[in-house]
Amino acid sequence: MLAVIGVDSIDRLFESIPKDVQLDTPLDIPGPWSEIEARRYFRGLAAKNKTAADHVSFLGGGAYAHSQPACVDQLLLRAEFLTSYTPYQPEVSQGTLQSIFEYQTHQCLLTGLDVANASLYDGSTALCEAVLLAERVVKNRTKVIIAKSVHPHYTETVRTYVQNLGLEIVEVGWTSDGRVDLEALRKACTGGVFAVAVQSPNFLGVLEDYDAVAEVANTIGAVKIAVVAEATSFGIVTPPGEHGFDVCVGEGQAWGIPPSFGGPYVGFMVVRDALKRHMPGRLVGETVDVDGRRAYVLTLATREQHIRRGKATSNICTNEALIALAANIYLSLMGKEGLREVAMHCLQKAAYLRDRLQTISTVTIAFRGPVYNEFVYRTPFPAREILLDLEHQKILGGLPLGEFYPGHDNEILVAVTELHSREQLDQYAKALSAAVARGRR
Amino acid sequence: MTITEQEPATAAVPRGASREGLIFEHSRPGRRGYRLPPLDVREQKDLLPRGLMREAIADEVEVSEVDVIRHFTRLSKLNVSIDAGLYPLGSCTMKHNPRLNEEMARTPGFALSHPLQPDHQVQGDLELIWTLEQTLKAIFGMPRVTLQPVAGAHGELTGILMIHKALSRTGNPRKYILIPDSAHGTNPASAAFAGYEIRELKSNSRGTVDLEALEQAVDKDVAALMLTVPNTLGVFESDIRKMAEILHGQGAYLYCDGANLNAFVGIARPGDMGIDVMHSNLHKTFSTPHGGGGPGAGPVGVSERLVPFLPAPTVERRTDGSFYLEFHRPDSIGRMRAFNGNFGVLLRALTYIRSMGPDGLRRIAQIAVLNANYIRARLKGTYHLPYEAPSLHEVVFSDRNQTAHDVHTLDIAKRLMDYGFHPPTIYFPLIVSGALMIEPTESEPKEELDAFCEAMLAIARECAERPELVRSAPHTTPVRRLDEARAARQPVLRWRR
Repeated sequence: MLAVIGVDSIDRLFESIPKDVQLDTPLDIPGPWSEIEARRYFRGLAAKNKTAADHVSFLGGGAYAHSQPACVDQLLLRAEFLTSYTPYQPEVSQGTLQSIFEYQTHQCLLTGLDVANASLYDGSTALCEAVLLAERVVKNRTKVIIAKSVHPHYTETVRTYVQNLGLEIVEVGWTSDGRVDLEALRKACTGGVFAVAVQSPNFLGVLEDYDAVAEVANTIGAVKIAVVAEATSFGIVTPPGEHGFDVCVGEGQAWGIPPSFGGPYVGFMVVRDALKRHMPGRLVGETVDVDGRRAYVLTLATREQHIRRGKATSNICTNEALIALAANIYLSLMGKEGLREVAMHCLQKAAYLRDRLQTISTVTIAFRGPVYNEFVYRTPFPAREILLDLEHQKILGGLPLGEFYPGHDNEILVAVTELHSREQLDQYAKALSAAVARGRR
Repeated sequence: MTITEQEPATAAVPRGASREGLIFEHSRPGRRGYRLPPLDVREQKDLLPRGLMREAIADEVEVSEVDVIRHFTRLSKLNVSIDAGLYPLGSCTMKHNPRLNEEMARTPGFALSHPLQPDHQVQGDLELIWTLEQTLKAIFGMPRVTLQPVAGAHGELTGILMIHKALSRTGNPRKYILIPDSAHGTNPASAAFAGYEIRELKSNSRGTVDLEALEQAVDKDVAALMLTVPNTLGVFESDIRKMAEILHGQGAYLYCDGANLNAFVGIARPGDMGIDVMHSNLHKTFSTPHGGGGPGAGPVGVSERLVPFLPAPTVERRTDGSFYLEFHRPDSIGRMRAFNGNFGVLLRALTYIRSMGPDGLRRIAQIAVLNANYIRARLKGTYHLPYEAPSLHEVVFSDRNQTAHDVHTLDIAKRLMDYGFHPPTIYFPLIVSGALMIEPTESEPKEELDAFCEAMLAIARECAERPELVRSAPHTTPVRRLDEARAARQPVLRWRR
């Protein structure tokens, strides 16, 4: 090969890199490792974690343990999906393109809205994109209202994204039922507001009153953004599209994607038809080939960075295609009945645990609004201590709410899914009884 | 016109892989693909207010597991992939994805760990993130690396936000980001999202940044130059140290788009070149699978003066060897994403880097560059090489020699499919008219490179002898050329009953 190229060594090919920046020693990193050594190391690392692999987990807050049907991962490992890239060449990428088209359709059906994109990074960045979309649509306004009960990481991420864009985030709190404070929302809805974003179920687990929020937002013509971080809730909760919301964004991890310490997940965005040309990210559309056969292709690309560059609707290029495929397979397999059944199990089992915990005299349910599969309870003791006690009983008992909202130090956010058996729910109640009984200091 | 006699036998996707209906069209009432255990708690009525209780989702599918497996298996057969052969998509670094990485990512202790667990429960996860940061620090030659960004463009935004914040500290964030006309589209888009205006820098006759032009362009209004190294022609910017000096002399920063790190990993370190910020795509250089468009990860390395502005939280190690998330970073730009980045991708990348070791990483760059230059040598002359500057990991040709026969880059790309190859990146970089951007990576053996070159040479002959055959390609794929205008004019973006 060197002879064909006409050089006598590989080093000659690197002469364009100045000698004084070329390394003269190997990189100071370990390896090479065989598979045997790598397995030993990584399994050793994994063994240092305490997880749902060896505990009963009730952790939620935007990442949930749901059952992933066995065939999902088997299909994801098909090389034709796993090792291909962005379907820029539709004639040899119909598998990926059609799958995205199906994924988009699922998103529309679930949210009750019209147009979904091919995926965004995750729920938090999807909210960022939604805020930026709204700002493009409603010109010359600079304020976005984000309910305080939207996932705090999501709001923080929006804060990062908009920090140099002259936009202001206005937070609106909740009332004692855990729903957004409509009175405060009404006051905050002044002429400068271009969008209102609420999450449902919100970070407290409580379902918002979409109609009431929409009514307030409509008084100033703001874009209504619904955030959904627990996507299995679509199986039983009426979708935001039916309540007049314009945009629904969120996190698709709950569709059986492993929690995996935070990613990769899949952000979704679905909008009303009128907003489709403002959409960030890739869109797949249906068309025909020269022989008239139905086929799929990336479309409306003039919104995107590779065409529009500095004026694009987003800088996103690589997205979460493989996780969107996992979502498509999951949603197809569960289907009309399964999505409802999973959601029904989550709803009923959470209600069961909530009832059980209320029988413990020192435990109170923090918010009385309707919930799906997560709720907050309060004990007289710091959440950290209770959770540590539960951990000793092999239970990952929930999230300490005070870590997200100062002043809520004795409150714990619990998530229940279809994975929990009644025995495990009883076990939780028993373990908590013991923990609060011990909870002195 | 009969073309069948001209069809090569090795189509990228055999015509036999016929079309497959939409999953929604496979739906039959009553079919199920799942089973849940019986509900073991007493079912309560009226848990949800009437207005929030949904009926069954109209039009959602009813299919069996067999339906699902057949459907997606058939769909998969309509794709070409790196596992099936050379996938020379320039700028995307389509290299082999070792399967050990997949196995490690599925280790239950990792896959089931939750992103909001307290530090003491996830010491393994935190140690992994910390270790990957140390490793990338060594590879980049930079004092810190954030692993939060989940894609290259996300890393770009992170980097430019840090520059903005650092400059704001000196009292003036400045107005412009300089971007060469050969840059990826994400560069200007990210700069705009970070609050900057774009000033485009014209490339010189070598396809690189002109030092004089740069010197004239940099003033106190310029925040940074975003430079791809090597650039999108595969050409190394040999004056990079001087460019850094020019920028630093005016108080501006040098941002490096590290999408092309595969060209010099283990050979040279960005930190030694005067680069202040660099993102690297783990799904490119470090072999995590591209998955049909993602997921990826876009870690960002920074020079000392940008360390205070890194996204929060960072992962730190205590003197007792334990690890923790550090949220208290008062100068941080903030959080770029919920949770801890694309952890599963980070895990795959570290598996790959350890499997390679220091000599293996260097070897990656050497063979990637050798392979690209071999293709360049074999195709040069037949295909026009618009820039003579030496290539590293990729080579960019144009269709100038073929346009005489009224055959263009798009046609050549489509015809390659008939020969069993995914086309290169086409019509990019924008500074080359009719660009064909070929990046073979180090994964390809000589036989595969030769087969590709033979195909390209055969197509060049066809352009002269049977141009219509090329213009009407592909002939052997599951679908032929699509009506893309119709897709955009009358968008159909979802299935409807």
